Amino acid sequence: MLAFDMPPALTRDDAARIAALAQLELTDEELDLLARQLGDILAYADQVQQIDTTGVAPTASVVTRHAADRPDELQPCLDRDAALANAPDPALDAGLFKVPRVIG
Amino acid sequence: MTIREIRDAIRSGRQSAAAICRDALARIDALNPRLNAFNTVAGDRALARAEAIDRGRDRWRDAPLAGVPIAIKDNICTRGLRTTASSRMLEHFVPPFDATVVARLEAAGAVIVGKTNCDEFAMGSSNETSAFGPVRNPWALDRSPGGTSGGSAAAVAAGLAPVALGSDTGGSVRQPSSLCGVVGLKPTYGRVSRYGLIAHGSSLDQIGPIARSAQDAAIVLGVVAGADAADSTSAPEPIPDYAAALTGDIRGARIGVPRALLEGVDAEVAQANAAALEVLQARGAALVDVDLPHARYATPVYYLVSTAEASSNLARYDGVRYGFRANATDLRAMYGQTRGLGFGAEVKRRIMLGTYVLSAGYYDAYYLKAQQVRTLILRDYDRAFERVDVVAMPTSPVPAFRLGERIADPLQMYLVDVFTVSANLTGLPAINVPCGFTRGAAAPKPGEPATTAAGLPIGLQLTGRRFDEPMLLRMADAYERDTEWSRQLPPIPSR
Repeated sequence: MLAFDMPPALTRDDAARIAALAQLELTDEELDLLARQLGDILAYADQVQQIDTTGVAPTASVVTRHAADRPDELQPCLDRDAALANAPDPALDAGLFKVPRVIG
Repeated sequence: MTIREIRDAIRSGRQSAAAICRDALARIDALNPRLNAFNTVAGDRALARAEAIDRGRDRWRDAPLAGVPIAIKDNICTRGLRTTASSRMLEHFVPPFDATVVARLEAAGAVIVGKTNCDEFAMGSSNETSAFGPVRNPWALDRSPGGTSGGSAAAVAAGLAPVALGSDTGGSVRQPSSLCGVVGLKPTYGRVSRYGLIAHGSSLDQIGPIARSAQDAAIVLGVVAGADAADSTSAPEPIPDYAAALTGDIRGARIGVPRALLEGVDAEVAQANAAALEVLQARGAALVDVDLPHARYATPVYYLVSTAEASSNLARYDGVRYGFRANATDLRAMYGQTRGLGFGAEVKRRIMLGTYVLSAGYYDAYYLKAQQVRTLILRDYDRAFERVDVVAMPTSPVPAFRLGERIADPLQMYLVDVFTVSANLTGLPAINVPCGFTRGAAAPKPGEPATTAAGLPIGLQLTGRRFDEPMLLRMADAYERDTEWSRQLPPIPSR
């Protein structure tokens, strides 16, 4: 399982696999640098592994009280032209965002 | 000028909002080329707004910020005014809507003079990750103003605007406030709406005021605080009269000091902090030792949690709906190249780290573990607050460091956040209070340069109970009554 004694050293292939998950196209130099830097950061973060957290619930949010529910009513929202105004390649007449070819 | 001085001047007709606005713009014009504190100066827009306030002086009479110039960090959306997050990715992004804080400020009469430089997507501790160049510290132009709200802190410190908004995910309001010698408050998580704040770590982010006094910070907080239907994490708690909390009376207040945590703090920072606590003690507060045994793990926990959240939040920058798009012939390549070219090195590093700690096989060991330790840190603070009203420690372990000194080693940069990240992990409010300047450590040998520069600001950090901003502001204000630190203006040569 995953109770590491030593943090895993990261290879360029590991970095490339993570970059692919994150949809980041990186150069070989960037991959080498990131493999080393992420390895350093994870080695530093390894001290967290030493803490006994048996039976401790995780904290994902510190919100203690949510704002009250509201009725589900139609409200005005951003109009289409405003939503398209920042698009790199808008199809203004059709009201669409255009993207490059998806299927070969 | 303070907010109250500006209000009184406009109300009495001694000065117009337009004249006050022109003064601020002239100072920005003269000094911003030296400081690089603003990404965008909104001169025409600001003047038009100030003139409108002058024309409707009766209507604006009781507005808490009528005619007050304010600088807004460039990761907070302003309708019709470019908002970049200091990233190439959003270099030309013009928001079609206002952040809730911006709408509230303008409804209160504030005049937005511009958008301040920051670390890219608010990731960094020195302002050096900005795609538009670092901000320079007004107290020493070769040094960092801190980050990520470095532009907002530098602008207030240099008198380019009386107040500013920053955002704080791991110390980004407090640490630059400390390094620039101004007051910076991170409110309780949920106290201020995050709607329109460009998301970094959603369970950690909070918008807060940067000002030259606790009173001005209190007035701005009172305007921006409160529940918001557009942010489900905003809190329904009533908003106290923050300015009325500044009574100067802190008799009987208990200040917790976590001595075990303070190892490795710069000697001058430690000394100035100790002296500040004596000032508070002399006003009737009591010092109490507290133990926060898990706080020393806050930095690694923070970088596991915040990068996980950031990697998810930044997935939206894909070149489709807004922002930069790389030219590519198919969709997958367009995504990858857009993100590879549009993001800077620190942002890519954090997306990579966050993706890694969330990925199959590592989630339990890193992300889940970090969240469990986050619980332990919370419990430490809860226990401390059974005995004390605030916890005191330095905001930054070091005064302003040189630009270029830490940027090559990400880990060295992350360690600067050691005292600030706990307040984000726990959601507790925390404030930076200017408490002195370095005198400059003695040179090791006669004739050699001193090891620390003289005249760099030092900050004291106070952390409070959930929603107890009144206590933090009261204590900061009481301290200001006995000291002069926050009233200093840096001497900046205009060229």
